[in-house]
Amino acid sequence: MSKECFETERLEELLRPLVDRHHADPLQLVQILREAQELVGYLPPALLTATARALRLPRAQVEGVAGFYSFFHLTPPGRYRVLFSDNITDRMLGSGELLDRLCNRLWIERGKVSEDGLVSVDTTSCTGMCDQGPALLVNGQALTRLSGERIDRISELIRAQAPLADWPGEYFRVEDNIRRRDTLLSAEWLAGEALQAAIGRGSEAMLAEMQLSNLRGRGGAGFTTAIKWASARRAPCHGDDGLRYLVCNADEGEPGTFKDRVLLSSYADLVFDGMSVAGFSIGASKGLLYLRGEYAYLLPALRENLERRRRSGLLGRALCGQVGLDFEIDIHLGAGAYVCGEETALLESLEGKRGIPRIRPPFPVTAGYRGQPTVVNNVETLCKAALIAVRGGAWFAGLGTKQSTGSKLLSISGDVERPGIYEYPFGVSVDQVLQDCGAGNAQAVQVSGPSGVCLAMHEFSRSIAFEDVPTAGAFMVFGAHRDMFEVARNFAHFFKHESCGFCTPCRVGTSLVANCMDKIGKGLGTQYEINQIFKIHRLLHAASHCGLGQAACNPLFDTLQKFRPAYERRLCSLDFEPAFDLDQALAAARQMTGRDDPAAHFGLAARFPGVAS
Amino acid sequence: MNPPSILLDGLPVPFVNGQTIMDAAMAAEIFIPHLCHHPEFKPQGSCKLCTVKANGRYVSACTLPARDGMEVENNTPDLNDKRRTLLQMLFVEGNHFCPSCEKSGNCMLQALAYELEMLSPHFDPFYPNRPVDASHPEVLLDFNRCILCELCVRASRDVDGKSVFSLSGRGITKHLIVNAESGRLADTDFSWADKAAHVCPVGVILKKRTGFAVPIGKRRYDVEPIGMQVERLAARSAGEEG
Repeated sequence: MSKECFETERLEELLRPLVDRHHADPLQLVQILREAQELVGYLPPALLTATARALRLPRAQVEGVAGFYSFFHLTPPGRYRVLFSDNITDRMLGSGELLDRLCNRLWIERGKVSEDGLVSVDTTSCTGMCDQGPALLVNGQALTRLSGERIDRISELIRAQAPLADWPGEYFRVEDNIRRRDTLLSAEWLAGEALQAAIGRGSEAMLAEMQLSNLRGRGGAGFTTAIKWASARRAPCHGDDGLRYLVCNADEGEPGTFKDRVLLSSYADLVFDGMSVAGFSIGASKGLLYLRGEYAYLLPALRENLERRRRSGLLGRALCGQVGLDFEIDIHLGAGAYVCGEETALLESLEGKRGIPRIRPPFPVTAGYRGQPTVVNNVETLCKAALIAVRGGAWFAGLGTKQSTGSKLLSISGDVERPGIYEYPFGVSVDQVLQDCGAGNAQAVQVSGPSGVCLAMHEFSRSIAFEDVPTAGAFMVFGAHRDMFEVARNFAHFFKHESCGFCTPCRVGTSLVANCMDKIGKGLGTQYEINQIFKIHRLLHAASHCGLGQAACNPLFDTLQKFRPAYERRLCSLDFEPAFDLDQALAAARQMTGRDDPAAHFGLAARFPGVAS
Repeated sequence: MNPPSILLDGLPVPFVNGQTIMDAAMAAEIFIPHLCHHPEFKPQGSCKLCTVKANGRYVSACTLPARDGMEVENNTPDLNDKRRTLLQMLFVEGNHFCPSCEKSGNCMLQALAYELEMLSPHFDPFYPNRPVDASHPEVLLDFNRCILCELCVRASRDVDGKSVFSLSGRGITKHLIVNAESGRLADTDFSWADKAAHVCPVGVILKKRTGFAVPIGKRRYDVEPIGMQVERLAARSAGEEG
């Protein structure tokens, strides 16, 4: 008992400075849990109790939030927590073999903590390093360009318990890989230039320029930015101290996308300028940057940048010497949840809650962060807004196509010679892009990630634009030798892992579909499973609460339509084959008894030992 | 001037501003299948059983405000087929064994399965491992039957002011938890007098030692199908289960 009391006191003491720094604000719960976990290594039950008490929240709510995010650990995760990025592009570069190699070297089982508590190895959703994979995270830090040799060295470093600071610096090097520059990536301005231009124009005129530019959101949905801004500006604030908010969505979780990573690491001035311009235009005095947890390594540089802006009068009170014009920017770190890229789930997460998409209406422009009018824009959208502030809406509208003005950053990965960031005016053909990045033998391109569309060769003449193939930026290329079934299976498991679980169709449907794909993968699938997938696809499309569920079966639907042989050669000719495999069910018993002789098997495997298990 | 109305399966149904499609339908005693909806609580739209087609778009009837002239499809083969699949998903996600369940006959999940003519669970069951919590002197929690409707969460938080229940986990691992470091209901301030004790539409929150006071066969949905009990569903209030 006394030991427990001591433990509680110690935890409370540990939490105090952290809670004070966040003014004991329950809306900061996710940030507080993140920081607490950094100190303790995980989130033990007593810590959740202490956090709940300090923030005057029900304990169950704190536990509910801690249990939602992938990067929060309710049990000790190992002092070295290795997470391999599990995007299909990482797999194509051999991440699966590297994971096995590391597990073998460390003498551990995947997904389980070593008995001495030293290390655990598992997978995580795409870490946004597809242009320099295979990639992994160690204790939240990103490693790129893994190889067998590096994996061996990493296993030695872990066994020697070397602190991450002593690991070779080049392991952590993240390249920009900018391959083609257009108007955005060739912009070279001083910090604050766009903000000053916007102030010079005045907020009304700035909105007019935005309208003229016809800029549409670069996060995928393509909503007209000027309408969003104007609505939020018009919407009344609630309560006496109500403020408007500008949120920059840097929760770049769509597998295959990494453009925001590059913008935040090499064009941060432009991002912050864009945020300030938007804040100025809508009358927001507070901006929030929601940075995905996987990009935590960018945090020190971003914070430094904000400090620099503050010193030069570009942030804080009286921006650019204008009395009464205030704008502050805070950075919030995510904790591993793809669904938080959805703008209302992102707002929930910003408010320290489980990242569940809200019911709309009301829309964020009238009731967003803290219930106040809020604009949520993608990183790239805000950079474009900064360009428009300087060069005007008419100039911008002259680029790209009629319905898709300006340029688009594409994150290109997969079977290409030169993966990286390519900026094109909208309207560029898929063929052109493939030619530029050196994709010699492409059979398919997954545009805009798993929730986007899979294009087959006969569609390569289509163009990247909202009126044809819209995209949030991911562009994953699959060579003729790739198995499109495995691509779709990877995506099915991605959605199963990332479903928030709020609504029935997505929560259960994504699991059912992943199971169907595994069954087909094992050679036990029939036409029956194909029909199941179509049926669940229709249900998810119709009844899911948000875009994640609605899109979750898209890649399966597309690949089933366009690459049917990849499925059919796996199917049994029978009408139905049960998923239950009697021989497989005995695997645990075989492992426990150390037997693998024919008599320990059923069916085919009894005659050919080692075949099925 | 006529009051505003929606056209529900071709039938004009009046509503007052602020009412959802579900509110309007219930007031007119028209049944729209639902599980997570309860007239006393803020709608949340998570079970999706109430999915209808409004002006050609699939929406949740419990969360979408009615608009004058809106054409709503409810009782159609397509929608009932989708609802049946959703029920099957809920059945395989948890551990639902109606014949041995003491809520049988009073359970909305079971009643809807009959109403929508669900003949089998269809999908392979998940058989999740969800231990029961018998720690509380008055109440047994059988998590096996939880359908994650959050009615107990809402009741405890919004009416009882206790927040005894919450959800943790994500996706298919989402689960109900209670407000105690030990994870046991006995270590919370939960009581049978709470509103939250009486809102579970399935058999998770059960009063001990009263299980079969009313025999199976004579219970609410044994007597009359759920689709015929709209008036009672609309009038649900404290102290009345399901």
